[in-house]
Parts: sequence; structure tokens; C-alpha cells
Amino acid sequence: MLELRDISYHVDDGKKDILNHINLKIDDCFTAITGPNGGGKSTLARMIAGIIQPTDGRILMDGQDITGLSVTDRARLGISFAFQQPVRFKGITVFDLIRLASGKAINIDGACKYLSEVGLCARDYINREVNASLSGGELKRIEIATVMARGTKLSVFDEPEAGIDLWSFQNLITVFERMHAQTQGAIIIISHQERILNIADRIVVIANGEITNEGAREAVLPGLLNGSWECRHNAGGCIHG
Amino acid sequence: MDELQKNLLLQVADLHEIPAGAYNIRANGEAAGRRSTEHIEIVPKEDKPGIDIYIKPGTKKESVHIPVLMTQTGLKELVYNDFHIGEDCDVTIVAGCGIHNGGGQTSEHSGIHSFFIGKGARVKYVEKHYGTGDGAGERVMNPETRVEMAADSYMEMDTVQIKGVDSTERVTKAKLGDGAQLVIKEKLMTHGKQTATTRFYVELDGENSSTNVISRSVAKGFSQQTFYSQINGNNKCAGHSECDAIIMDNAVVRAIPEITANHLEASLIHEAAIGKIAGEQLTKLMTLGLTEQEAEEQIVNGFLK
Repeated sequence: MLELRDISYHVDDGKKDILNHINLKIDDCFTAITGPNGGGKSTLARMIAGIIQPTDGRILMDGQDITGLSVTDRARLGISFAFQQPVRFKGITVFDLIRLASGKAINIDGACKYLSEVGLCARDYINREVNASLSGGELKRIEIATVMARGTKLSVFDEPEAGIDLWSFQNLITVFERMHAQTQGAIIIISHQERILNIADRIVVIANGEITNEGAREAVLPGLLNGSWECRHNAGGCIHG
Repeated sequence: MDELQKNLLLQVADLHEIPAGAYNIRANGEAAGRRSTEHIEIVPKEDKPGIDIYIKPGTKKESVHIPVLMTQTGLKELVYNDFHIGEDCDVTIVAGCGIHNGGGQTSEHSGIHSFFIGKGARVKYVEKHYGTGDGAGERVMNPETRVEMAADSYMEMDTVQIKGVDSTERVTKAKLGDGAQLVIKEKLMTHGKQTATTRFYVELDGENSSTNVISRSVAKGFSQQTFYSQINGNNKCAGHSECDAIIMDNAVVRAIPEITANHLEASLIHEAAIGKIAGEQLTKLMTLGLTEQEAEEQIVNGFLK
């Protein structure tokens, strides 16, 4: 499905390494990418969506080299991306955003279906503007609904749990489980949350711009919970870097 | 009415045909149709171009359309339309001006609209401006709106100018009595070398009077926009004005707000924001499969919706 081949990303004229020689294959499964803050996870997610270009290396999707493709072209090839900090718009409504995401002329009922799935009372939200009047948690859920509306073969979520309250967190887990069960494609989630790691098929650990561990959840998760990669696990289920 | 005029009518008044209710259609400087109704009387002025519109007290859920259409190049006119709205009315007034200029001379329409709004009346006033035609002659519109609001009256004024007007200078002056409320929503887009200036003057004279002046605009190309607003709080009152502009290409946008509290209980706020489209907004829409240009159109359309 997706292959990252020797990906590096340097800033400050090459003086600072954000990602170093990343090699990773993502299959049609649920992959969680975790690791300490500042380790390069979000950079990698944005690179898959085409928002950031790697300094070196190639990105392949179904064997096609997509390294030089724009954000738009990658979206059209079947990559969706949920922002860590959803973007606000003056005037564009929740319905507009879901309609644009679905890429077809859906009606209000069709759009409401996605909102209901992320636990928002659809009728209350569908005509609201995606602006500062919505809370961070509401925006995150709308962001997830736009990715669901796209229904593409690869969906990348950058820390979807950030800003989501406890009630909707359980809802979020259900959403990902359902997506995982229904989608034929791949889901990549950048996350620190043990409960999200718990439902992943594979876990990739990125620290200091490098992959420090990778494998099936059963093999990787126990090590993370025991505190290898300088981490600890707290009672709330959050793994801190 | 010819096809050009019918198209203008559709653009400025959303009308395919002659509207229901009272109307006055002015085409190329002359009356092209007029109808009064039981509650709404339209009378041409005798001393100058224009009409008086008398709406009887208590008239509810009725509308008046007064579109102006110009298709003749080089025509310049100044028209006075006075609206006398009785107490406790609830009416919608749709005015609009469409200019098609296919010739080489400037076509110019200046309309001075005066509203005398009775006690407790509610008025929705919609004004659309539209220009078309590929002649070298400019399309110029200079509307002036004067509003006098009696106690507890309400007026919402929606003005839209999205396309094709080369130069516009809009002036709105309002005086509010006790408990009166005025809401102004302006939507404006300029492109090419167009210029647009809007000036709002609101006198909050009455106790518990309030106003909300909201302007959203997009300036493209080499166009220039200036937004002035002056709100004077002369009593216990509330005033808010907001100017929000997206700037693109080589355009220039100025916002010059002024709020003056002449009374201890006057509460006045102004907000102004001018900026280009945020890169993240474009990126987000591109991750949904839109091109950069499509994303820009969606953002602009949403902003002016």
C-alpha cells in the first residue's frame, strides 16, 4: 500500500535532522505511530499527505512514486489526512466541508450520517460555520467526519485524541474500530494513547527522527508500557515521552 | 423588457418575471412598470426623479421591489426614493441596480434612499449591485441610504456587490430612536482596477438603541477598498462594527473605524481584520482533493455567502 523509502527531512540548511533514513511499509491494516513529542511523527504524517516534502528519499503508493505529487494529487489518489489542529473557516459550514470531502453532491441527510458517527447531534451542527464558535473537541470530531466522508484507501490521523474529552474518547475508539472493520484500506494514527495503541494491528515507534521499534501490537506494546523508550505509563492510559 | 434587462433583473432582484406585490421597475431612466397594492402605494415624485413609497401602518409580510436597470451606455442619473413605513409594519424591500455597459461611455446610477421607519416597524432591506458588459465605459454606482428609526423599530440592511461595478461610493447614515435596532450586513468583492468606498454613520440617539455593522469583503487584482464607520453612542446604547477583509494579489484594503461614546452607558466595540487567505485553509481543502484555485474559490464564496 504505502512505502517510505529512506526518508530524511532536515531543516536549518541541513543542520537539524527531523527525520533520518526512515524505511517503513504500511499494509492494509491499522497502524499506530507513537513515540515521544518532537520525535518526528507529525512531520511524517504531513509528509505522507504531501504537505511537507522530504529532503531525501521516496514515497510510494501501490508501487507508484508519489514523492513529487501535490497535496491535491495525493488526495485524489486516495490519501486522506486529519489535521492535529483543525483549520477554521469563516463562512464555510460543516455541511460544505463534508460535501467537499465526499466529492459528490450529497444531501443534508447524507452528511448528517457522518456527524452522527462522530457523536455530534447532526442537526445542531450541519449549518454551523467551521469557525471559532466551535470548541476544539467539536472541531476535532468534524475533522474526523470529513475523513470518513472521503472513504479513501489510506486515512492518516494526526493525534485525533488531542482535545477530545473523556466521553467522546470512548466514542472515538468505537469510530476507529468501525472504520477499521469497514474500510478495505489502511489507517495510520499518530497517537500517544494506550487505548488507541490497543486497537492497532501494528505499532511503529519513532524517536529522535528514527524508527526505534516496529512490529505487531502484541510484540511492541508490552515494551512501551514497561517504559522502554524512556517512557512511562500513567493511570489515565496516556504514554508520555 | 429585453433579454439583457431580464438578466439584470434576475441578478439584482432574483426575479425571473414581474414580481408579486408592489413594484417599480426603472429601466434606462424611465418607469418600465409600476404597481401599488392595497397597503403599499408608490407615487412618482413631481419635483425630481424618483418615487415615494407609502406603506400603511400594520402592513405585514408584504414586499416591495424597486429594481433599476441600465443598458444604455453613457446614461447618468440621480434618483430619490423615499420610503415612508408606518407603525408596526413588517415588510421586505428589495432594491438593486444592474448596469450593462457595452459601450465606451461611463454609465452611472446614484440612488438616494430615505427610510422613515415608524414605531415598532420591522424592515428588511436588500440591495444588490451588479455590473456586466465588455465595453470600455465604466459602470459606476453611488448609493446613499438615509435611515430614521422611530422607537422600537428594527431594520436589517443587506447589501451585496459582487461583480462588475467599476467604482462605487456607498454612504449610509442612520439615526436611531429609543429601543431601535439597526443591523447592516455588507458583502463586497472587487477585482481588476475597481474601487469601492463604504461609509457608515450611525447616531445612537435613543435609550437602549443598538446597531451591528458587519462588512465582509474580498479585494482581488489591483482593486482598492476603503471602509469607514463612525458610530456615535449618544445615550445608553450598544454599538458594534466589524470589518473583515480578505486581500489578494495586489489589492489594497483600508479600514478606518471610529467609535465615540458621548454617554457613560454607551457600550461600543469595533473589530477589524484584514489578511490574505491562510495557507492552512488552502491546504485543508487540498487534502480533500481540491486544487489550490478551487480551494481559493470555496474560501472566497463561503466568506461572502
